[in-house]
Amino acid sequence: MTSPSVLKGRTWVWPDDVNTDIIIPFRFKARTNDPVEMAKYAMYGFDPEFYKKVKAGDLFVAGKNFGGGSSREQAPVAIKYSNVAAVIAESFARIFYRNCFAIGLPALEVPGISKQVKQFDEIEINLQDWSVTTRDGGVHPAVKVPEFLRGLMREGGLVEYYKRHHNFPWETLETKAVAR
Amino acid sequence: MRQGILNDDSLTFAEKIISIRADGAEKIHRPGDITVLPVDLAMAQDSTGPLAIKVFGEMGVPRVWDPSKIHLVIDHSFPAPDEKVANLHHLMREFVKKYGVRLVEGSISHQHLLENHVVPGMVLFGADSHTCQAGAVGAFATGIGSSEMAAVWASGKLWVKVPESIKVNLTGQFKKGVFARDIVSHFIGTVGEDGGNYRSIEWKGPAVKDLSIASRACISNNSMECGCKLSIFEVDASTQEYFRSKNRKSMYEIHAGSKASYKDEYDIDIGKIVPEVAEPGNVDKVKEVGEVEGTPVDQAFIGSSTNGRYEDLVVAAKILKGHKVKTGTRCVITPASKSVFEQAIKNGLAEIFLQSGAVFTNATCGACVGTHLGVLGENEVCISSSPRNYIGRMGAITSKIYLSSPATAAASAIEGKIADPRRYL
Repeated sequence: MTSPSVLKGRTWVWPDDVNTDIIIPFRFKARTNDPVEMAKYAMYGFDPEFYKKVKAGDLFVAGKNFGGGSSREQAPVAIKYSNVAAVIAESFARIFYRNCFAIGLPALEVPGISKQVKQFDEIEINLQDWSVTTRDGGVHPAVKVPEFLRGLMREGGLVEYYKRHHNFPWETLETKAVAR
Repeated sequence: MRQGILNDDSLTFAEKIISIRADGAEKIHRPGDITVLPVDLAMAQDSTGPLAIKVFGEMGVPRVWDPSKIHLVIDHSFPAPDEKVANLHHLMREFVKKYGVRLVEGSISHQHLLENHVVPGMVLFGADSHTCQAGAVGAFATGIGSSEMAAVWASGKLWVKVPESIKVNLTGQFKKGVFARDIVSHFIGTVGEDGGNYRSIEWKGPAVKDLSIASRACISNNSMECGCKLSIFEVDASTQEYFRSKNRKSMYEIHAGSKASYKDEYDIDIGKIVPEVAEPGNVDKVKEVGEVEGTPVDQAFIGSSTNGRYEDLVVAAKILKGHKVKTGTRCVITPASKSVFEQAIKNGLAEIFLQSGAVFTNATCGACVGTHLGVLGENEVCISSSPRNYIGRMGAITSKIYLSSPATAAASAIEGKIADPRRYL
């Protein structure tokens, strides 16, 4: 599975510090290994009915430190299998951010974005330029990410990448300095 | 080259350990650099391991890189509280049989690894955010997700970005009723939930020598609550004595250089810290105990990887001895490992707990994660020595969790409301 390079969708706007216990409580994620089942508990801490309200192709726009707390990959998996196409945040917690690339869920860090977007705005993400276009036409570049991670995301995450290449993207990486 | 890096006075702990351990060790890595580390120990537990097993199967990797370095730990919901959890535990045991990796049941991973496997200078990845606990003895230890864990099982390597570092200078002496947990809570309250995000924290200063290895483990473990990648106490005489007693040898004893550069520096005078409590919802809503004293609690929980060590249970026993848990309040005490459990029974702590009316459970993550042994119902309130007070963490999304040291939780159990532990010590 390869992601399209432009994603258009309506937004769900979330506050700062949305942690992984809110995204999927432990007691649900610890009882299943099925991503479709996990999706039924996406954003449960805020709204146990979220899974009935979300539409395929919707986008998340969050404040700072999205995905803090537990390492649970079930958090981005629950979001992805809710058919949310991408997550944009002012900033991400470290493990959650890594997990997004590992499972092929586009995650863009865009400082200031939460003030530019309202609930259910239609916005556009360009995965080629790594930027977000808001309803008013404003283009907001996301924080740069090493090419090997964007490639991993485009190919759909580690499972798809490994099946295709029989190695992991960092195994062929020249170690080098990056901007951030 | 390795010796040169070890002696380089300009490097932080993180820069130094990554530069030494990176494939080839041919150059010095600075914050922002991306490189690949060979892994000495890989751990997944019963809420991240099953997904890693699934991913590993989907990748179609025929074998694991080194079964002796892979630990599967059944700790979060042990023994299984229901059929769904039991099935996932079964999946883990089948994987252990098929690939010959190590299985641990009934001790919390971080405590089990510290007691039995971690050594200074090693590279440890865990599919659990609190893996950073092993930084307490100078290891590179950090949390990852399940898919990256599957990739580690396959290849024995993983990419890392070199983090910027924060230095915390600890001075002064503990006042009565104040413990390691209060220091780290105070720090998280100061820097905020993401104040350490992507960063390596180095705990330094003259007061470090007064901290036991267990207290350092508490601080390194709980540092995760500000998002850090590493939380480090360098090897000192106490660390060396700890490993001598366990007959394990360091891989590298790494010390940050005196000219290393830090993104931020903090000074904490331990003598000015009082018992601290984090209010429900966010770990950084930290208050002095006096500000929340008197809040009624339905449950007090003493345990978890943050505060379920023997020294924690000793303090709880000291407070509970000769007292009764308030009628209408539950007190649940859960040791972090089988060896802590055994010690508590052998040395008479279990008897004190039972006489006080507390429930003393087997070693597990237990109530902290809301699957068993102390789940909260609608609108119930708990004071807990566990690491997180997020919405619905321990049960119903309307329940509320206050975080504190084991001492504050024990005193609160006696009074049935949040209480200052200093009255009991």
